[in-house]
Formats: sequence, structure tokens, C-alpha cells
Amino acid sequence: MDFVTLLQILDSTLRLATPLLLACLAGLFSERAGIFDIGLEGKMLAAAFLSAAVAAVSGNVWVGLLAGIAASMALSIIHGLASITFRGNQLISGVAINFLAAGITVLVSQSWFKQGGRTPSLEGPARFESWTLPLANTLEPIPILGPIYKELISGHTPLVYVALLAVPFTWYVLFRTRFGLRLRAVGENPAAVDTAGVSVVGLRYAAVAICGVLCGIAGAYLATGLQAGFVKDMSAGRGFIALAALIFAKWRPWYALWACLLFGLFSAIETRPDVIEALIGVKVQVQLLGALPYIMTVVILAGFVGKAIPPRAGGEPYVKER
Amino acid sequence: MTAPAIELKGISKAFGPVQANKDISIRVMPGTIHGIIGENGAGKSTLMSILYGFYKADRGEIFINGNKTEIPDSQAAIAAGIGMVFQHFKLVENFTVLENVVLGAEDGARLGPSLAKAREQLVHLAKEYELNVDPDALIEEIGVGMQQRVEILKALYREAEILILDEPTGVLTPAEADHLFRILEGLKEQGKTIILITHKLREIMDVTDSVSVMRRGEMTDTVKTSETSPEELAELMVGRKVLLRVDKKPAEPGAPVLEVNNLQVVDEKGVQRLKGVSLNVRAGEILGIAGVAGNGQSELLEVLGGIRTATGSIKINGQEIDLSGKYSDGRSRRERGIAHVPEDRQREGLIMDFRAWENSAFGYHHDPAYQSGLLMNNAAIRADTEGKIERFDVRPANPLLEAKSFSGGNQQKIVLAREIERNPDLLLVGQPTRGVDIGAIEFIHQRIVELRDAGKAILLVSVELDEILSLSDRIAVIFDGHIMGERLPAETDEKELGLLMAGITDTEHEHSIEEIEANLAEAAGEVH
Repeated sequence: MDFVTLLQILDSTLRLATPLLLACLAGLFSERAGIFDIGLEGKMLAAAFLSAAVAAVSGNVWVGLLAGIAASMALSIIHGLASITFRGNQLISGVAINFLAAGITVLVSQSWFKQGGRTPSLEGPARFESWTLPLANTLEPIPILGPIYKELISGHTPLVYVALLAVPFTWYVLFRTRFGLRLRAVGENPAAVDTAGVSVVGLRYAAVAICGVLCGIAGAYLATGLQAGFVKDMSAGRGFIALAALIFAKWRPWYALWACLLFGLFSAIETRPDVIEALIGVKVQVQLLGALPYIMTVVILAGFVGKAIPPRAGGEPYVKER
Repeated sequence: MTAPAIELKGISKAFGPVQANKDISIRVMPGTIHGIIGENGAGKSTLMSILYGFYKADRGEIFINGNKTEIPDSQAAIAAGIGMVFQHFKLVENFTVLENVVLGAEDGARLGPSLAKAREQLVHLAKEYELNVDPDALIEEIGVGMQQRVEILKALYREAEILILDEPTGVLTPAEADHLFRILEGLKEQGKTIILITHKLREIMDVTDSVSVMRRGEMTDTVKTSETSPEELAELMVGRKVLLRVDKKPAEPGAPVLEVNNLQVVDEKGVQRLKGVSLNVRAGEILGIAGVAGNGQSELLEVLGGIRTATGSIKINGQEIDLSGKYSDGRSRRERGIAHVPEDRQREGLIMDFRAWENSAFGYHHDPAYQSGLLMNNAAIRADTEGKIERFDVRPANPLLEAKSFSGGNQQKIVLAREIERNPDLLLVGQPTRGVDIGAIEFIHQRIVELRDAGKAILLVSVELDEILSLSDRIAVIFDGHIMGERLPAETDEKELGLLMAGITDTEHEHSIEEIEANLAEAAGEVH
């Protein structure tokens, strides 16, 4: 495998890891606050649809992004109402959101655009363009580092950089701010937060809202960055893979980055079976490579990879004790 | 005359049809330790929850230092200078001591400066009040004594002038409890006002200046501690004269019924909970197992009851029983004459949503007397339950009520009636009076002693030292999966047992609280 191929694979790893990373950090905020969210998938899908639809109509991808975030937030609020205000079952609420999103996106899309549940193809300013970082072309002649900078680091859509910056941001918020301390505490022992005079409900809604924003960006990236428009079920289980990555990452932001890059790599090599064949000398079925991220997800969720302790109050509505 | 630190006027609070607090008025003077005593369900915790903003009173007024104060939430309580140490600590287990103290009382959006300030404050507070803690230790790695000090520090860090402690000694060894009371005395000397909620008469007599007694949601009386006696307080609590000592004649032990040899248990997490326990219980005697919760006594009961596997040997009436779980279970244990009153009656003794008559057949539901062909003979079970309810004075005397609608004491009587009336050779009984009111305690103790006098063997596990001392004919102390020693109740006292419970066998000399805590923390640390 030559250097260029490696760069190409890593480049697509980064692109494919981006929606996973955003969704994973979204789940991290929510679950660290004690609200399990298996509705990441549905929120991404809803955001993907609305961002593509609005971008197609308005011709401005940034307006589309905002619309995507709004769609995801709307579902987040439903999840918040069900699981925080009405103390319902968080898993059931999440499943309902996934079903709702899967159905309503195609239905509305068909009704608006009459293209079999797709949105029109996005072009020009309706889609995120790649950014070429400063000096990318100037530095290219430098051996090794030059191409790494130009091919791998430069030349992505803005949302890729947003996702990467979200990692240190999340770390800082969680571990270096008052809000983060309270957020982590409410996921571990909400009674401690309540008796300390801080609103459990307020904190949990804040976490669910952040989750909505990040899922919205993830969904918008799918439809306006990674691809050029919305198609049915385009989230393709990424929400669940992000959840697996979250468990794999033990609910920690930096680990989440590495876990998502790993899953991104699996997705990237799916498109390059020739490389795998050259590496291991055996021809592997494309279908098997395509299934790899999902197989990994099942393995991780089944608990084969180390011991991951979830936030202790996760999944339980908070009820004041007598 | 100074204004009272706290004055409540006509506080009432109902939960649905249950009147938890009825027109309660109370005055607590600043710089005193004020006890609130009452049976379970008397409304003590509800009253304090109202004061801490957890519930809103239906009627009534709260005055803090003479000023009328509204306390709609905990934040308002904290602002009014009230701090509360709950019975079940409200700490985040995987946070450090420092983070727990700071939580909710941070100075700004960034955490760093708050933590630095709190660290400084902790050193200062530790010196002033003897509240030693390690600020960087994780809560899950320190003992309950230190966890409790963290709770007190949390309140002091928020500049509380009034400190409420809800049943603070339930989880402490006697030495730790004494240490806590010294801390409270120190706080009092600094002018803090302390409210101590407890059901232990001895604590009230030892540390309080005045005491209020609650019964069935009402405040029956407030008296100066120096002018009252435990007997009078007990009578105020229950509404009639109660016997505080268990009335029993000397045991006449016969042949060994239970012989346990080198019992070892490793739990699901791979932690060894019993490390070679040997003991025996003879017919006609009560062996009490004293120990701080979590030192293996629960596992001992579970192994004997057939719901946990072990290695080693257990003989009942001289016959070996299977400990592997392959050939025996709870049912076969019962058939061998072992009855089991589990420690947690709401989880293991009863099904709370089932009716009393259904509950009183569990474990013995295969009894031919309860069958009619292929079906259960429900009428027979009900009739049987009615008899049990009458003999054990369960109130309300209605076998059709669900278990959850009985009070703690009556729930326990249902379990006890089910097990004792089977006339077992060996009765295993765990925490027989936890959450049970004084009147029912007296009754339950009498029944256990009667069973002993009928020549049966009884193994009693309790974290209440008073209960162990007054009920047992012999006492074995368990610590960290070992039996530390056996004592006769007449020849020992709380102090000696307390040291054994902390793993200290040298009971002749004085030991520092640090030494005791280090021992306890080490044993607890293995569990995590």
C-alpha cells in the first residue's frame, strides 16, 4: 500500500467519522446527565432531511444547517418531555423517536418534492464546500508532512472541523466548568444535585438540548456535506454505531474521538477492498467489509470490550424521596 | 430574650389521605442541640423535609431567627442557613471529597478557582471542628464515617448556622458515633444550632439539650433532656408504657442444631465476603451476630437460607447440607427445618404488590394443606392467614390488603408469622426490627424469645447493638468476613463489641478514631 492510498483511506476515515463523532458527543452529554438516548439515529435522520430540504429551497446551506438543528431539537424536546418531565421510559421514548423520524422524513419529503422520498440534489451554495486551509498548496512540496497537511488535514467541509473542535470543547465543559461538574453529578446521583439546591430538571433539559444541537449538526453534515441531498434512511444506523462508540469510549470525550475514528476507518476500508486484498493477500467480500462496523457494534454492545461503567443514575427518572 | 433559631408554627402536611404532620409547632433555641424523637412514620422526616424545602407545607409558618421565611426549595433553605445531613448520604460516589463539597456552591463558571478556594476552606474547617477528611479521596473509597463528615462539611461550607442530622448513627460503630457527637458538641460551642433526628433514646439522653417527641404526625411534647428519662420518652413516643429491656430467663441450651465450619463465600464480583467462618448454634439459644453492615453477615444468612452458594461445611442436626446449589435451594432448606426472615423484608421477604394472604404462603405454597387438586386452595390459605394475623396482632387485620399498605412493623409481623408458625428447628432472622416501631419491637422480641424457650435455635443478625445485647444468649462479632470473637452479653459492653466490629481485637487499650476508621475503610475498600 503506497503513501497516497493510505492518505486517501485516512481522509475518508475522517469524513466518515465526523457524523459518528458529533452523534457520539451528543449522546455523551445526554447520558452523562443520566438521560439515555437511543434516539440519536432518529434525530440525525430528521436533521438530515430538514437541512437538505431547506438548503434546496433556500439555496443556502447555512440556513439548511439551522433548520436541521431545529428538527433535531424538536425531537430532543419530545424526548425531554417524555423522560424528564413525565418520567417515562427513556428507551421507549428513544425508539418512538426513531420510528417517528424514519416515517415522517420520507412522508414529508415525498409530499414536498415528489421525488420518491428524496430531496433535490444540492449544488453550489446549497451544499458545504471543502475548505482549503491556508498554505496548503504552498507547503505541498515538503515531503510527507506536506501531503498530510494538504490531503488529510486540509480540504474538508467546515463541519468536519466543528466535530474535531467539539472534542476538546466537550472535555473542557465537562471537566473544567461548573456546568460540567453539575452535569456529571446529575447523571451519577441526582439527589446530591437536588439537595445542593440545583435544579435536576433544568440540568437534564440543558443536556438534552446540547444533544439536540450536536445531533442536528451530525444530520446536516450527512445530507449537505457527506452527500448532496437527503435519501430515505440515510443515517443507516450511524446513531447506533455512535452509541456503541460511546460505550467503547467509556463516556469520555477523547476516547470518543478515537472510537469514532476507528469506526470511520472500518467504513472507509469498505470502499477499498483492493487495499485489504493487497494487505492480507485474501480477497474479502465487499459485503463482509460493509458489515464490519455493525459487527463491531454488536460485539461492543454485548460487552466483550472491557468493563464500561455507565453513569449510575442513567435511565432512571428522578423522583424526590420521601 | 433571643429569638429562637427555628420556630415552626402550625405546620400541617398531608400526602393524599395520610396526614403526615398535624399542626406542629416547635421552637429551637440557638446554640443548642435539639432532639426530635419518634417512631417510624411519626412524621419526623417529613417535618425536616419541609424545613429543607423538599416539600411545601399545606399550612403553617416558618421563622428563622425570628424572621418569617418561605422555603420553597433547597436553595432557599441553604440561603436561610440550614444544612441537612440525610440518613442516606447525598454524595456523588465517583467524585472526590472536594468536588462534592463544591457541587452547587461554586463561585463562577470556571471550576478551577472554586476548587482552590474550597481546598483552603476545608483545611480551615477541619482544624476548627475536628472534621478530618482527605479532599482528594473518592467518596466510594472512604468509609461511612468520613462520608458523613463530608456531608457536614458540605453544610458548613455553605455557611449553615442550623444543621439537621437525620438518623446519623445508623451506619456508625459506637466509637464513630461518639466521635460524631464530639464534633456536634464542638459545633454547638461555636454557636451552631443542631437538630438531631433519631429513634435511639440513648443518643437523645447523651447529647441533646432539649427534645421534642412526635407520634402519628403530632408533636406530643417538648421537654428539657435533663428533666426526663428514657422510660418517659418511650411512653410519649408510643402512647403507653413500654418495656425497654427484653424480659427473658437464662437460656437452657441443648444439642447443637447448626454447625458451620470454615464457610467461604466469593460473591458475583469476585470479592471474598466470608473468609472461613465457623460457629454453632444450639437448641434453645439465640446467637447474635454483631457487625457493621457489609462485613459478610448478609452473605452468611443467604448461604444458610439456601439462596447463595459457598464452600465449607454446614450441618443441621448433625447432617451435612449441600452448599453447591446443585442439590439444594431455599425450598430444600425449609424442608430441613430452617426458616428465614430475610434482612430486607420489602425485597426478599414479601412481594409488596401482593396481598397479605398470598405473601403469607410464599415459600410454603407447595404445602399439601394449601392445595386442592391441581389448584391452589385459596380459601384455606386465607383462613390460615386470618389465624396468623390474629396471633401476631397484625393491623389492620385484613388478609386482603396488599403488603405495601401495612406499616413496617406489621409487614415484619406477616413475615415472622409465616416463618415462626412453621415451627422450624433453626430460625434465621436478619434485622428483625429495622424500620419497626417500638411497640412492635417489643412484640417481635417476645416472639423470638418464646421460640427459643420452645427449644429452637435462633441465629440473629442485626446492626443494632442494643438489640444484639438484649436479645442474644451469645454474641459473635463479624468483621471483614471473619468472626472476630464470641462474647457473653453479661460479660461485654458496647465499647468492646464496637472495637471488635472495627476489627480490633485488643480491646484492653484505647484506640484512636483514625485507627478505627482506617481499619473499617480497608475492609470496605476491598469491596469496591
